[in-house]
Amino acid sequence: MMHQSFFTRSFLHIGKYAALSFYLVFALFPLFWLLKIAVTPDQLMFSEGTRLWPSLMTIENFSIVVLQTDFVAYFGNSLIVSLGTALVTTVIAAATGYAFSRFDFGGKRIIVALMLITQMFPLLMIIAPIYKIIASVGLLNSLTSLIIVYTAFNIPFASFLMQSFFDAIPRELEEAAMVDGCTRFAALRKIIFPLTLPGLGATLGFVFTAAWSELLFALMLISKNETMTFPVGLLTFVSKFSVDWGQMMAAGVLALIPSCFFFIFIQRYLVQGLTAGAVKG
Amino acid sequence: MIDKASDGATPGSERAYRSFYWRYMVEPYLYLTPALVLIGGVMMFPLIIGISYSFQSIELLRPFNTGWIGLDNYLDLWSDRKFWLALENTFWWTFLSISFQFTLGLGLAMLLNTHFYGKRLFQTLVFLPWAVPTFLSALTWSWLFNPVIGPLPHWMAGLGILSEPYNILGDPDLALWGPIVANIWFGIPFFAITLLAALQSIPSELYEAAAIDGASPWQSFTKITLPFLAPMIAITVMLRTIWIANFADLIFVMTGGGPANSTQIVSSYIFTTAFRKLDFGYASAIAVALLVLLMMYAVFLLWLRKKLVKV
Repeated sequence: MMHQSFFTRSFLHIGKYAALSFYLVFALFPLFWLLKIAVTPDQLMFSEGTRLWPSLMTIENFSIVVLQTDFVAYFGNSLIVSLGTALVTTVIAAATGYAFSRFDFGGKRIIVALMLITQMFPLLMIIAPIYKIIASVGLLNSLTSLIIVYTAFNIPFASFLMQSFFDAIPRELEEAAMVDGCTRFAALRKIIFPLTLPGLGATLGFVFTAAWSELLFALMLISKNETMTFPVGLLTFVSKFSVDWGQMMAAGVLALIPSCFFFIFIQRYLVQGLTAGAVKG
Repeated sequence: MIDKASDGATPGSERAYRSFYWRYMVEPYLYLTPALVLIGGVMMFPLIIGISYSFQSIELLRPFNTGWIGLDNYLDLWSDRKFWLALENTFWWTFLSISFQFTLGLGLAMLLNTHFYGKRLFQTLVFLPWAVPTFLSALTWSWLFNPVIGPLPHWMAGLGILSEPYNILGDPDLALWGPIVANIWFGIPFFAITLLAALQSIPSELYEAAAIDGASPWQSFTKITLPFLAPMIAITVMLRTIWIANFADLIFVMTGGGPANSTQIVSSYIFTTAFRKLDFGYASAIAVALLVLLMMYAVFLLWLRKKLVKV
């Protein structure tokens, strides 16, 4: 603004950068501390607890975690489960979101209401029944069971997200193609699909991070070492006779890598995609 | 929309009726079936079983005492002091978490909607907490709050906020703030992402016009920004409130509901009842009570939104 004095402007400027630094420090400080603990040698863990950086650094924790524990296997399991869940959920949620966006159909309100209800009860409540069901079909201790369960949990939110992306794409686009003789499905595949790529990316990312960190059901449904996922593996550091903080935090740092990469990769689409969705809403 | 209804009404036009039937009852369900089967099998069916548990006595520690007991669990619940305390804690936990998450998230979204050097990197970094597994962030924060090895109590004592570096998580008056801070840290990115998306869809001409008319920044915030954000705010606040009220992981890892139940929220109380006392019937009754309360809240918010949008 023209009439603002130099003083006001530089004051605002300083305020803005102060706010930016506040957010940055608040977001990164705990992650920095996680890294700090991971590189601190055991004997300094307590004596230098409050120092910003330890006087001695070590990568021993990391090498123990990678070479002497089953972590690489847990990591692989988690990757399979999270990628599987993300892919299956996104495909199903895209179909559901498309139906919500493009059709007016019998029972729509009931289905939307049911999906909202699934967001409202504590998942704890259905652990025992799910355990019984999974056991009765013989899927205990399998990664498949986790993929099925996580997919179901994530479908409602992912469907609403996908619906907002479809809502942003004008109906006329596919209607024109259908007039020209395309079936609806062909129009969806050839015309709508490329336009929703950002939306699909955002949904993939949301679901991947959710599945990557899920602990409760992984704990209940998996008891064999071969099929343990990564968060359950983290707990094994606690359940030994003492908590091995250094190794646990090192494992934690390693666990952050995939979800961070995935998140960085999709977040561009996230804002862009949601913007498209918000234009209409 | 309209042609569909008239299609069906056209007399003698069986083809049109069939196509209406196809588009109204069959085709949508081709897209919906996988989702419905999964949600039905993995969530709704177990939910019904779970609700039925709340009318039974299912205590693994007393296996001969199982059976239908009608409303007994609910009557116990009514006179359970711990439950009412947990309900009060749930209110504070949810209200404080969501207020800070929302205010700070909105602030971040507005900052990200301006131009500054290094914005891309900044955005990536401040959104990272959302990608951290909950269990890990709970451990990290309880480490940070630890009076012996964690930095926060020492620094707060150094600044004079605390008289001495003591254990905040062990003080019944303050303990709930530990998980709340962790939750705020974790949840800011969600609001920042969704609100930033909504902010970017506001046409910039509106602000220019307002500036020409001599509107103050505060006026354009309350008269342009907030009304445009309102639909997104309503839906995100509703969803997040429900999620946070159900979100026991942070509390469970950081304080376990203690000291003296001062941080016990309803959903962590359910967890303790089910897995420490192994009383699944009573745990289900608590869960049903929470579900009913949250449904009332959601219906109220949706009604409020409808009213506001109309005006």
